Amino acid sequence: MKLGIDIGSTTIKLVLISETNEVIYKSYERHHSKINEKLFACLNMVKRKYSDIGPIAVSITGSAGMGLADRLGIGFVQEVFATKVATSTLMPHTDTVIELGGEDAKILFLSNGLEVRMNGTCAGGTGAFIDQIATLLETTPEEMNVLAKSAEKTYSIASRCGVFAKSDIQPLLNQGAKKEDLSASIYQSVVNQTIIGLAQGRRITGEILYLGGPLTFMSELRKRFDTTLHLTGTCPENSLYYVAIGAAICADTMTDIDQLIDKVASYKSKENFEKIEPLFKNQEEYRSFLERHAKSDVTIHQESNYDGSVHIGIDAGSTTIKVVAINEAEDIIFSRYQTNGGNPIPPIKAILEEFYDINPHANILSAAVTGYGEDMIKNAFQVDFGLVETVAHYTAAKKFNPDVDFIIDIGGQDMKCFRIVDGAIDDIFLNEACSSGCGSFLQTFANILGYSSEEYGKLGLFADAPVDLGSRCTVFMNSSVKQAQKDGASVENISAGLSISVVKNAIYKLIRVSSASELGQNIVVQGGTFLNDAVLRSFEKEIGGDVIRPNIAGIMGAYGVALYGKNKGLLCSSILRPEALKQFTHTISYTNCNLCANHCALTINTFDGVRKFVAGNRCDRPTTPNRNHQNNLNLCAYKRTLLEGYMNKMVPSPKGKIGIPLVLNMYELLPFWTTFFNELGFEVVTSGFSDGETYLSGQDSIPSDTVCFPAKLVHGHIEKLLTKEVDAIFYPCMTYNINEKRGHNHYNCPVVAYYPETVANNIDSIKNVQYIYDYIGLHRPKDFVGKIQVILSRYFADISKKDIQNATDRAFAERELFLAKTREKGAEMIRIARENNQKIIVLAGRPYHLDPKVNHGIDQLMSSYQVAIVTEDSICHLVKEKYHANVLNQWTYHARLYDAAKYITTQRDMQLVQLVSFGCGVDAITTDEVKAILREGNKIYTGLKIDEITNLGATKIRIRSLIAAIEQEEVLGWSE
Amino acid sequence: MERIEFTREMKKDYTILVPNMLPIHFGMISAVFANEGYHFEILHNDSSAVVEAGLRYVHNDTCYPALLVIGQFLDALNSGKYDVNKTALLITQTGGGCRASNYIHLLRKALVKSGYGQVPVISLNLSGLEKNSGFQFTLPLIRKTISIIGYGDMLMLLKNQVKPYEVKKGATDQLVKQWQTRLCEDFKGNKGLSLSQMKVNFKEIVQSFSEVEMQKSEKTKVGIVGEIYVKYSSLGNNNLEDFLLSQNCEYMIPGLMAFVLFMIDTRLEDVKLYGGNKLKSAVINVLFQYIAKIEKMFIHAIESNGSFLAPSPYVHMKSLVDGVVGHGNKMGEGWFLPAEMLELCEQGFENIVCTQPFGCLPNHIVGKGTIRPIKERFPKANITAIDYDPGASRVNQENRIKLMLAIAKEQNMATVTIQVEDKPKKKSPALISVASLL
Repeated sequence: MKLGIDIGSTTIKLVLISETNEVIYKSYERHHSKINEKLFACLNMVKRKYSDIGPIAVSITGSAGMGLADRLGIGFVQEVFATKVATSTLMPHTDTVIELGGEDAKILFLSNGLEVRMNGTCAGGTGAFIDQIATLLETTPEEMNVLAKSAEKTYSIASRCGVFAKSDIQPLLNQGAKKEDLSASIYQSVVNQTIIGLAQGRRITGEILYLGGPLTFMSELRKRFDTTLHLTGTCPENSLYYVAIGAAICADTMTDIDQLIDKVASYKSKENFEKIEPLFKNQEEYRSFLERHAKSDVTIHQESNYDGSVHIGIDAGSTTIKVVAINEAEDIIFSRYQTNGGNPIPPIKAILEEFYDINPHANILSAAVTGYGEDMIKNAFQVDFGLVETVAHYTAAKKFNPDVDFIIDIGGQDMKCFRIVDGAIDDIFLNEACSSGCGSFLQTFANILGYSSEEYGKLGLFADAPVDLGSRCTVFMNSSVKQAQKDGASVENISAGLSISVVKNAIYKLIRVSSASELGQNIVVQGGTFLNDAVLRSFEKEIGGDVIRPNIAGIMGAYGVALYGKNKGLLCSSILRPEALKQFTHTISYTNCNLCANHCALTINTFDGVRKFVAGNRCDRPTTPNRNHQNNLNLCAYKRTLLEGYMNKMVPSPKGKIGIPLVLNMYELLPFWTTFFNELGFEVVTSGFSDGETYLSGQDSIPSDTVCFPAKLVHGHIEKLLTKEVDAIFYPCMTYNINEKRGHNHYNCPVVAYYPETVANNIDSIKNVQYIYDYIGLHRPKDFVGKIQVILSRYFADISKKDIQNATDRAFAERELFLAKTREKGAEMIRIARENNQKIIVLAGRPYHLDPKVNHGIDQLMSSYQVAIVTEDSICHLVKEKYHANVLNQWTYHARLYDAAKYITTQRDMQLVQLVSFGCGVDAITTDEVKAILREGNKIYTGLKIDEITNLGATKIRIRSLIAAIEQEEVLGWSE
Repeated sequence: MERIEFTREMKKDYTILVPNMLPIHFGMISAVFANEGYHFEILHNDSSAVVEAGLRYVHNDTCYPALLVIGQFLDALNSGKYDVNKTALLITQTGGGCRASNYIHLLRKALVKSGYGQVPVISLNLSGLEKNSGFQFTLPLIRKTISIIGYGDMLMLLKNQVKPYEVKKGATDQLVKQWQTRLCEDFKGNKGLSLSQMKVNFKEIVQSFSEVEMQKSEKTKVGIVGEIYVKYSSLGNNNLEDFLLSQNCEYMIPGLMAFVLFMIDTRLEDVKLYGGNKLKSAVINVLFQYIAKIEKMFIHAIESNGSFLAPSPYVHMKSLVDGVVGHGNKMGEGWFLPAEMLELCEQGFENIVCTQPFGCLPNHIVGKGTIRPIKERFPKANITAIDYDPGASRVNQENRIKLMLAIAKEQNMATVTIQVEDKPKKKSPALISVASLL
């Protein structure tokens, strides 16, 4: 008999097979990271059942089994390989295997050339990912499957990794999307992730086998795969055990069961992990720490029958709701903190009702709301004021230390940090696309290990040797924790290590200071996560100083907003009273906005049958029907209109039809190339702006899942062009950009420069058309003519040098014209904005950030705040002195950014917001540099990271905080 | 920010710290520079403090090599081993369109931030990007450096072919060390650096390695390619070479010389593609031809001995990428990366680890992006792309490599059974996919 042991990230599977590969015995257990103990127990089960088993062959497999196998002296079989062996033995006709595990996803192509793929280090797991989302939806993975059955629609949810998906789901939940639909959407996102992350351009066809936990337990997930792949896959018997079976088939270490059990029992893992100092040396140290923090308290007396004046503050956060009521002395007389269960309306209503029950005679003077759900709550319950979160938190922090100069707030889902200079919020750090997990991240880990998050945090307080888990994106943490477990780190040491890593992540990754002393002198820490003493202690140790943690750290937003309402001096609040609450109704309907290419999924909430609140929109078009009321000072929109002008230029009796994908640098060169080819007598068609279909239609040929989103979109654009019956697709490689003489050189980034090669190598159907992707240099206009002639002569007959010279001249002139129009319009918008006293924001980035899918409508969103939006290329030429960068200034697009940033430091009424594509390596350099320029000029830096993610919640906070900060500056400026 | 120049004064008594990338090469290079009056010290610090310092002072989204190199410098300065007022740092600057050309600026920023603003940073480049009065990369020095690259490549190549099979453990490393010592002695007397002396030495080196007692056994042949730092540096790739040895593999890492040729050639290609100064091209071509001559000697020395596998000539590698990527693709490793993979496939090293820093921009295109066309040409090509990054766990990386090796073993078994039947000739071009024949 042969024994296969599969130790995965969350479970241990044991399989005993006969010589003919029949499964005799199998077991499936969660190990909660206590691998040794669990394995010992599992093996004893085998022994009890088969006491006379005799010598057996054993092997170990699984992502967590590698080190263990080595140290037990047992053969190790790589787990994907094990799957392959088992499949070839049990289901030999299989073409493709899709296997999803706790944290791994794998595809095996067995026929037509063996290929096996595992998910990369970045793609957050699958089983664990579904678990996380289930927690978020307050349901179980099993229930999710049931819910998904009655789904009516699916939302587009970022499939790249768990953190991204979470940020997509949260706002949907808050907008009242149904759990049924969300469950189905999650499954769909797993399918998309598998295709894009693993298939990488290879079509999944033929006989498909579904293996692993999630695909075994979730019928709806399988159905999603079937529908998307247009086939019917099989989930075979023992689908959970294929890896273990494969290991058993390969087993070659002979032993007997007693010997094996002895080995496991006597096995002590060496503690060879990187260690950090313990958080507390002893109880004494902990006690004095607690005493010190007890000083930062606000008086709380939860009163009943309070009949004085009160101010209500509501913080409708992304996952939780906090409500406080304060009296005139600013003491808290009532506070509640709970999760929002996906829809903040019912819990807030219940909390208000409870408040009215307890304090029927309280005199409510004001009510104010902050947080993600601010707009909706304000509308639903007729709350008096709404306030941006950052200001709410600052207001509360000031209560504890009027000189506060740095606030760090780590909540369940988000981290917010802000620096305060001269009483105004000066610098804001919000976690965006990446490293989202904070409080909820610790919670998820606690849950996986079978603890409550409170218990789990406490475990780490007296850990003797906390594990150094690094400080990178939390998605990576799973594998770091796995590694630590394997290296024999105790649960206590891992718990402490996680707390420390949360802190390090915040300080070094999010805020980006190199030493903690740069943070500030008077630091207030808050947010639910800091109620965890281990996190608080780690923070103090890391910065080497004391900070203030208010006793109400978890409800600071609500407290701050209550203070804000109080300071407004209202005499009576309009918030719904008990009678009105009794009648309160809330109905939700869904629709898609069709006013632009974004097709936002709108959720229409109707309160009491009359008050409507629309959520999910990016801009104010669906909510402001009267176009005259809309803000038209948006240069991005103008540039898009200009580009549209080049999309459908008619040419009489054309020589041929050339397709140009509107991607990356083509966003800038479209006027040039369209004119060039038109002049040569060709008709030019483009793929147009990206829309909802673009990404999906091209996703299965993307070879690198970590490339930036604008590059990923290229695939969809090419697919679109291929449907347009073009004679050739023109998308040249361009190492160099046009030389604008702003920096040391004029490069394109590697991705922009060479993506046409990736198209040629990875999109099969490109072979059906002439694909012109030669290397072309517009930086040497004189040489260009001769060079392009040689290139074109390879594809088309009879194009004379004279014609090319003429076309080139016209093309360069057209490019100049495009630029001139942009600058002129920009100048005009700036003038009008100044006349109307509107703020001006330079939305800076790269030309392709104009694409409505790339920027997710951020320009329109910003525009709805009544600010004028201009672009960096419309102002960079205005800079007086040439900017000398502290970095190598050799990319054309970057040079514009630096010049634009430099210019706005000379303009009082201008601010700059930088758009950064997630995964853009060169922007690691530009963001720091632009920030340095702005800081030097006393301007606030605001960077927005964008990806396929469509959550604009963080963007809204940033924009509103920026506007609030400017306003405050203006007030201060005037009072001088 | 003012750049601190490395002055003539400083040359006298400053220690110049150099990050380690290729241990064999760099050791010898420092000997040559010592002759010219520079005090080089190659850094070997590789504790977690290196990564920690890097994370602290370098933007975390910057590529991993920058983070490690800068971290290594800062950790060294922090160590107390060096008088920070008598220490300079040396870093290469390539000047291409990849973000890597910004390392030096990121390093300077990090130095200022960590309180070492006084430490001068020397840029080692061939593009005339930055100049220092106390440090001149003169033509003779360039020539000597090139010679050392030749020697380094030779020792590395032979070591990699002998070590997995050595009978006496440590014999190969011992021999490498012997040669290093002997060559460094020679260099001190300005010997061993001319073409004719190299020719003699090359021959002798190859001979000495062929005399190491070897026990040939079945091993998985693995090629290592990728971003230059991560590919070569054990600090960058979590001791990839040792791991492969422990997994019963023979690995091949293409040498540095062909990469230098590639770097020079990109300038010639630029002129071809976009036009430019023909005279400049001619000058560059002289350098190119000089190195090509060494390459020829190099290959000849190995082939005439007959015991080892010689690398393919640069021109051949260049022709391999026709139809895969253009020769204008020059940022990072550019077209040279798929060329290396194709050459490895040709040489029978179809199992390839393609190493890159997480999110490496050029490698989206020339690494991961070319695996498909390479597999079309060599269906047995078994390429795994591994991302390196401070957060990526080693277990994860090794697990992936193990998967690649498991497939390699299986394919290999298939090959062996067929080989018995039709005995393919030694060095058959591009073993046809056996798997597809089955």
